[in-house]
Amino acid sequence: MIFLRLFWEFFKTGLFAVGGGLATLPFLSRMAADTGWFTQGQLADMVAVSESTPGPIGINMATYVGYTAGGIPGALIATLGLVTPSIAVILVIAVFLKNFQDNRYVRSVFGCLRPASTGLIAASGLSVAASALLSTQTGGVNGKAVVLAAVLLLLTRVFPRTKKWHPIVWIGCSAAAGILFFSA
Amino acid sequence: MAGYWELFRTFAKVGVMTFGGGYAMLPILQREVVENKGWATDGELADYFAVGQCTPGVIAVNTATFIGYKERGVSGGIVATLGLVAPSFVIISVLAGLITNFSDLEVVRKAFAGIRVCVCVLIFNAVCRLWKDAVTGKRSLAIFLAAAGLAAGTSLSPTWFVLAAGALGVLLELPGGRERGKSK
Repeated sequence: MIFLRLFWEFFKTGLFAVGGGLATLPFLSRMAADTGWFTQGQLADMVAVSESTPGPIGINMATYVGYTAGGIPGALIATLGLVTPSIAVILVIAVFLKNFQDNRYVRSVFGCLRPASTGLIAASGLSVAASALLSTQTGGVNGKAVVLAAVLLLLTRVFPRTKKWHPIVWIGCSAAAGILFFSA
Repeated sequence: MAGYWELFRTFAKVGVMTFGGGYAMLPILQREVVENKGWATDGELADYFAVGQCTPGVIAVNTATFIGYKERGVSGGIVATLGLVAPSFVIISVLAGLITNFSDLEVVRKAFAGIRVCVCVLIFNAVCRLWKDAVTGKRSLAIFLAAAGLAAGTSLSPTWFVLAAGALGVLLELPGGRERGKSK
């Protein structure tokens, strides 16, 4: 029975959490209170682990909660519950777009959506930059992080030899630089 | 046309290389899906992110469903999404079973401080690329600045930005709106 309930709870979360990333958090907090599957303290741990492992945060959270509540099958069912509404809604929109992509209203809407979407991504980049470049203890600028950012900018934008390297190379090098040079 | 296994594998690769939310996935998608596979353009990625902002569910899943559908129809959308979530599922199940204080480890915290710096540089590069497709004139520049400024300065949900930009797109195409919209 717990599996049906898991699927249903995560299906609802997937249907009503709009905007991705940590948008699922308020729903999970509510779920903890309603079902008793996990505590608010465990939820904070789950956020930390989800943010520090590969994969979209929302999916990581669903897998973690599902595992805590019902082991491996629970993890599978919670994840499937979370993605089912997305898949259904997006498939409907994708079919619509395919049939109406030459409609002048649709073209005009996307002409305005692209710059808005790019602006939103830029703003979220800024907030990542604030958390990455400012020191949590002092509130001042973290010098080592700024040096790392400057080196990465040079390597990914200026030097022709390294510009084309895969982003994962830079992520790996930055993790190593963090371990070697950053203070905890 | 991409095979199912190729779709699954490509999105599993994207899932494993994404650290953080949907936006952190953008540079990886540009490399794997736009450059390596040619399944979408930078502009289409911006569209998918915009739609993902105001539809239910995790943005990363929405984008995978869109691209999978475009390549192989409904079943392609489902296969791409399952590929994307597969690495999360495996990694989180293992971690949740083994260690609960993973993110308390000093080495993990330092590595992620480094990765965060890298992610903000990669997002900056990704925005520069999207810019070419999205910001093509004064009107789109104004939309970009308004979205980025408001998103950085307020805590309004991104959904409202996308809905407002979409409504603007419709208004500009209404009779009488054509002349005003010509400076695009």
